Amino acid sequence: MIEINDVSKTYENGTRALQHVDLVIDDGEFVFFMGKSGSGKSTLLRLLLKEIDASDGDIVVNDYTLSDMPRSYVPKYRRRLGVVFQDFRLLPDRTVYENVAFAQRVIGKSTREIKESVPEVLRRVGLSSKYKSFPNQLSGGEKQRVAIARAIINKPDILLCDEPTGNLDETTAKEIMKLLDEINSQGTTVIVITHSREIVNSMDKRVITLEKGVVRSDVQHRTGI
Amino acid sequence: MYSIGQAFKNICKNIRLSLASVATISACIFLFCLFFSVIVNLRNIVTNIETKVGITVFFDEDLSDSEVKTIGEEIKSRPEVKDIEFTSADDAWESFKKDYFEGREELAEGFAQDNPLKGSSSYSIWLNDVTKQDEFVQWLQGLNGVRQVNYSNQAGSMLTGLNNALLIVSLVLIGVLLAVAIFLIRNTVVISAEFRKSETAIMKLVGATNSMIRAPFIIEGVVLGFVGAAIPLAAIYFLYNYAVTYMQKNFTMLSDIFSFLPISEIFPVMAVTALLLGVGIGFFTSLFALNKHLRV
Ligand SMILES: Nc1ncnc2c1ncn2[C@@H]1O[C@H](COP(=O)(O)OP(=O)(O)OP(=O)(O)O)[C@@H](O)[C@H]1O
Ligand SMILES: [Mg+2]
Repeated sequence: MIEINDVSKTYENGTRALQHVDLVIDDGEFVFFMGKSGSGKSTLLRLLLKEIDASDGDIVVNDYTLSDMPRSYVPKYRRRLGVVFQDFRLLPDRTVYENVAFAQRVIGKSTREIKESVPEVLRRVGLSSKYKSFPNQLSGGEKQRVAIARAIINKPDILLCDEPTGNLDETTAKEIMKLLDEINSQGTTVIVITHSREIVNSMDKRVITLEKGVVRSDVQHRTGI
Repeated sequence: MYSIGQAFKNICKNIRLSLASVATISACIFLFCLFFSVIVNLRNIVTNIETKVGITVFFDEDLSDSEVKTIGEEIKSRPEVKDIEFTSADDAWESFKKDYFEGREELAEGFAQDNPLKGSSSYSIWLNDVTKQDEFVQWLQGLNGVRQVNYSNQAGSMLTGLNNALLIVSLVLIGVLLAVAIFLIRNTVVISAEFRKSETAIMKLVGATNSMIRAPFIIEGVVLGFVGAAIPLAAIYFLYNYAVTYMQKNFTMLSDIFSFLPISEIFPVMAVTALLLGVGIGFFTSLFALNKHLRV
């Protein structure tokens, strides 16, 4: 569970990115964040990753209060999260297999475990046949599938996606959203930042809209209503 | 294991700067080894001179043989004395005759009844610890009936002075090279870290710990330091052995005092120090370089 209690974030240069945000996201939810550019969506995500700290208020994730969390615990905490970005962030000099395995290698998993879990997760995202390819040999949608595979291989509780379909055409975007929905249906909390009305309207999910750092609306979308 | 592989990848990707780092650290440690060998050997020579030449004590002319003997006993009882040898006035005369009247013994006959070197009976003394020489000589000079004490502190002190000068020069040179080596290793590691910024960013996101993120770069620094120490050590090993054989072949007559210490005697200490130096520089330089550059 994610509780965001009266959180504000002011950057060092004085930009007030978030102001008095109050939100609760339950385990297993699928939530869209929308809002104009500069409304504070990515800032919220970075707060959840503990890349930055809130200026005010507190964030509680799975009973851990982030502001109280010692630095040394941060890596362990991040292993409970998966992240996906618009620009994929793959390592260009490694194969699909190695890019996904990377997430396990850096947390010290054995090669044997990696050999088991990477093919499995590649199957899940539908990329089994491409495991030997390098990122520049893949389409945008395929790259994002690799990034998603990397994000979920350590079985995170929460999957955070910052405009995962921002660089993809409509059809590919829909496929990626379908994949995220599948991941969510297996129990992972999924948070997706998006600009696409189209996508939001095509799914029956909770939609939170930010405007200038303030929560403007928080509604459950129903197709056809 | 993973980190080690990454460290070697870093070195290869960054091969020029890595080589430059290894070269400077090699030069630095080569100089260290060179000065180390020279200084240790010089000190050995000083010790040789002081122990081989020894101290000679002469007595007042009117001292009786038994009094001389008593002083001999007294000297012998001192703990720092390793060996003592008595040369009587007659022995001295015999050896003098042999040196100066060789083949014309009849010229010396005139002195036969009356030893011209009467009173030049002496003790030759060798100490087991030359550092106590000054103190010991003072004690000798204070004894009743002692006329003169000959000892060679000149060669010794000259070499010791040379040794100290060399020590200072070497420390300065090594210090400068050390600074350059640290600078280069630092740059190498920082550039590696910059080079892999996106990778480290992803590592952080998937929950790699600080030490996990740093390990490849620290190992990189340590490897550079280690290689930078191993190369000059090998070079010194061969050069030293070559010098030893060369000296033995060409300067046999000097070999008694100006002998090199065998490599087996100095190499272990030198190798351990040099490797610790190299690895230590690599480790701490990269550690401090990363403190600024890689934080979770
Ligand atoms: N590191 C930073 N330092 C200072 N100001 C920042 C920083 N990061 C973001 N901001 C500012 O904070 C505000 C919110 O930025 P944020 O990235 O959260 O917006 P966003 O909703 O993700 O926008 P977009 O849809 O364009 O990605 C913006 O005004 C931005 O300029
Ligand atoms: Mg953003």
